[in-house]
Amino acid sequence: MCIRSTEQGNSVDYRDYYKILGVERDATQDDIKRAYRKLARKYHPDVSKEADAEERFKEVGEAYEVLKDVEKRAAYDQLGEQWQQGQNFTPPPDWDAGFEFSGGGYTSADAGFHSDFFEELFGRAQGGRAYGAGARGQGGRRGEDHHAKVLIDLEDSINGASRPITLRVPELSPDGHVQLRERTLNVRIPKGIHPGQQLRLAGQGGPGLGTGESGDLFLEVEFRKHPLYRLEGTDVYLDLPVAPWEAALGASVKVPTISGAVNLKIPEDSGQGKKLRIKDRGLPGKTPGHMYVVLQIALPPADSDSARALYKQMEEQLAFNPRANMGVA
Amino acid sequence: MTDKDQNTTHAELIDERTTFTLAELCRACSVEGEYIEAMIEHGILEPLSDRRPHYAFSAASLRRTRVTVSLQRDLGVNLPGAALALDLLERIAELDAQLERTKP
Repeated sequence: MCIRSTEQGNSVDYRDYYKILGVERDATQDDIKRAYRKLARKYHPDVSKEADAEERFKEVGEAYEVLKDVEKRAAYDQLGEQWQQGQNFTPPPDWDAGFEFSGGGYTSADAGFHSDFFEELFGRAQGGRAYGAGARGQGGRRGEDHHAKVLIDLEDSINGASRPITLRVPELSPDGHVQLRERTLNVRIPKGIHPGQQLRLAGQGGPGLGTGESGDLFLEVEFRKHPLYRLEGTDVYLDLPVAPWEAALGASVKVPTISGAVNLKIPEDSGQGKKLRIKDRGLPGKTPGHMYVVLQIALPPADSDSARALYKQMEEQLAFNPRANMGVA
Repeated sequence: MTDKDQNTTHAELIDERTTFTLAELCRACSVEGEYIEAMIEHGILEPLSDRRPHYAFSAASLRRTRVTVSLQRDLGVNLPGAALALDLLERIAELDAQLERTKP
């Protein structure tokens, strides 16, 4: 499955596969396997919360692909230790003389996804699988369905939006190489879409074979963090700071919602964390979500004589012990 | 393409009301029917209607199937392991949301 690239002398960024796996250069094959498994679990894009998990996962997979194979590892070692991760690198001519890469198959995790550095050294995968391909018998002429994630803003869901989405699609070139092609789709984000929902783009997945139709593209929708609002399904949450007298005496205050400011009545004797509902002011839709305002009591600073006097007055005139239920006198 | 804007790709929303047949789920995740059956046996998928083979699956099944396939392929997890991982991942997502809510 492994073929050598014929063009020589391309300059690429050096990859320190030992550093990527966090092992010493003299690590045993078992050490390498253990380090890989641990990192694969850590950076698996369906498990990890880190933004660059997918990138790291592929990087770790590529490092393992080279180091687990004693022939590839020996050839890689022979490049020397003087190189730094990311350093500009050109393979010396005949760097691989005397090594026979028997291939041994790509780790399925990263088939078709290799750095330029890898490809410069070990060639490209031939007939690699597209992302999302599982075990499947032959005979399926229809193209594969592909899956991707799309990050949108809350505003996109409120107003609906058209968003360009760039996908890197592995493709077979006429000579049988896998190459990544960038493809940009303008996707209409429907109004009221909420976290966890998906979009299906018919015919935008993998190409069919022969007369077979193309597969579909599924997009999982995730939301970027909003500075004011939190989303829970179709409901919108807002933390609202209030002054102690507003919470205690009740008040009417102006509150931002995703569809413009409204006046909210705060009932008297509202405690810290009290949740007030504004009906139908959540995400739009056939059954619109609600908005929940969570009161956060903000304490005025005692930074002047009059402020201190007011606090003092409260201390003297209010029989208030916030620790009354703690069993201490 | 019926869209007025020729460059805009039509996207169909998959919401809580969308259901998938066995064939659709298999196709969407590139797996065989037996694989889905095994996932049902392990409780990873709970079909809305389980009169086989006329299953109906919720939209959430799509994600659960896709994640199971990728965990198996990439980490060598078996089905009971994937079931556990999925349950824990969902629990973590719930707790994260809760934490987010109570954060000052």
